[in-house]
Amino acid sequence: MLDVYGRRDYAIIGELIAPGTRVLDLGCGEGELLAWLREHKNVDGRGVEIIAARVQKAIARGVSVYQGDLESALDDYPDGAFDYVVLSQTLQETRDPLRVLRGMLRVGKRGIVAFPNFGHWRVRLSHLWSGRAPKTELFPYDWYDSPNIHFLTVLDFEALAVREKWLVERRIFLSGQRELRAFPNLMAEVAVFLVARARETR
Amino acid sequence: MITHAATATFDRVALDCGTTLENVDIAYETYGELNSAKSNAILTLHAFSGDAHAAGEGGWWEKMIGPGKAFDTDRYFVICSNVLGGCRGSTGPGSINPKTGCPWGMRFPAVTIADMVRLQKMLIDSLGISRLLAVAGGSMGGMQALEWAVSYPDQVAAALPIAATARHSAQQIAFNEVGRQAIMADPDWNHGDYYSGRPPARGLAVARMIGHITYMSDESMRQKFGRRLRAPDQFEVESYLQYRGSRFVDRFDANSYIYITRAMDSFDLTERGALSSLFDGIKTRFLVISFTSDWLYPSYQSQEIVSALRSRNCDVAYCNLESHYGHDAFLVEAEEQTALIRGFLTSTHA
Repeated sequence: MLDVYGRRDYAIIGELIAPGTRVLDLGCGEGELLAWLREHKNVDGRGVEIIAARVQKAIARGVSVYQGDLESALDDYPDGAFDYVVLSQTLQETRDPLRVLRGMLRVGKRGIVAFPNFGHWRVRLSHLWSGRAPKTELFPYDWYDSPNIHFLTVLDFEALAVREKWLVERRIFLSGQRELRAFPNLMAEVAVFLVARARETR
Repeated sequence: MITHAATATFDRVALDCGTTLENVDIAYETYGELNSAKSNAILTLHAFSGDAHAAGEGGWWEKMIGPGKAFDTDRYFVICSNVLGGCRGSTGPGSINPKTGCPWGMRFPAVTIADMVRLQKMLIDSLGISRLLAVAGGSMGGMQALEWAVSYPDQVAAALPIAATARHSAQQIAFNEVGRQAIMADPDWNHGDYYSGRPPARGLAVARMIGHITYMSDESMRQKFGRRLRAPDQFEVESYLQYRGSRFVDRFDANSYIYITRAMDSFDLTERGALSSLFDGIKTRFLVISFTSDWLYPSYQSQEIVSALRSRNCDVAYCNLESHYGHDAFLVEAEEQTALIRGFLTSTHA
């Protein structure tokens, strides 16, 4: 099993990406995933990250990262510029998630989206028993200091994919380090989707 | 560090204004050693008032060029030349016009950033280097780096425009014009013919003082000077600016000030087409750096370059470094730039 800086979602994304491809990582942090992909998969990678200190570390690592807001950053890239556009654990923090997802599938042939599942049973129980905004290991913040502004579940993403006519090519569900098969909406802590634009119908 | 200083002379160089300049000198220095494949050469490009002396004691990028530094002379062969129109060993308005035997003065032809780069290209060719690993510079040096990438994309593996712009703004032109007018208002300027008499030292000093204000930020000036007094009737900041102005006069020619600032003001890559179209198909990698407190070359100008590069899917890294030093940051903030530049150069292959 791959280990990419201890990040299981990175390890899975690393496995999903074909060698020698062009990859854009949105919210790429210090460029760990891109550096790993370059080293192990000969990937031509680019990143977008808003926090200057992280951008500095990523560039110092030799990764081509652009310091800017990922939501507006997507607008500049031409159609189909990348084979994959990665959005890892950031979708729930975006102001306009649908615009981001559509943008990802405009500039990329495929999108890889990893997000924490708000449908997980612990989240449901926390809300049910406390009667307050849920707080779990996965969502550890108080409502007033959470970076998460759009909460979604596995089912929500599946429904959106149907509505937007995206092709879900792979879906991987994680509970801790373990991969799940059954009851993902209830049991998955993190979901990873590999989606492609639907072919134009004539 | 192996250091070499020399002057190359070329029979002629064609200028954008249509004239051809003959017997053109270009002063340059090199640091480190060119490898046998000639694949480790980096051209560093000086800002408005700089010269070929980039590294070693007193070099304008002393903190950045040398063994183990950002431009590591143990690995790279670093070149720096004085620009065309300058007064530090390269041909400029203070040089002798071979046809008349007198200094050119204001009869020197207008030069552009592209002309400066054309002469640099001739120098690089004469050194037997067909492809540079990188071109790098801040301010006007960054404008030259952009010009290199646009004019000779196949000869440049990487470009590092720092605190630069693709075109001078009204504000940048305005400050330059005040500097030029200060020189021209000095009676000693004499329409540029002062080489046999007194140079327009007062005008040039005032021009330099204005320049220094624009290179700093409100915060860096507050930290550096505040309201401290140097003498009962003189603020520290007044004394500093006067000192800078008077020192500048000893090493810089007023006519070069006029010619080089005009070259900067006329710089506008977009005259040749939309910026994005100029980057079409360019394989050159870019590292663009701006500084948060730089109000002379504001971050948005760097972002305009980066946005155009991204729209053509060029390989570009961009960082807006936090600094309170204003435009001077590109000379001062060595540590943070070093981490970026070292990582970027290590991952660049000729």
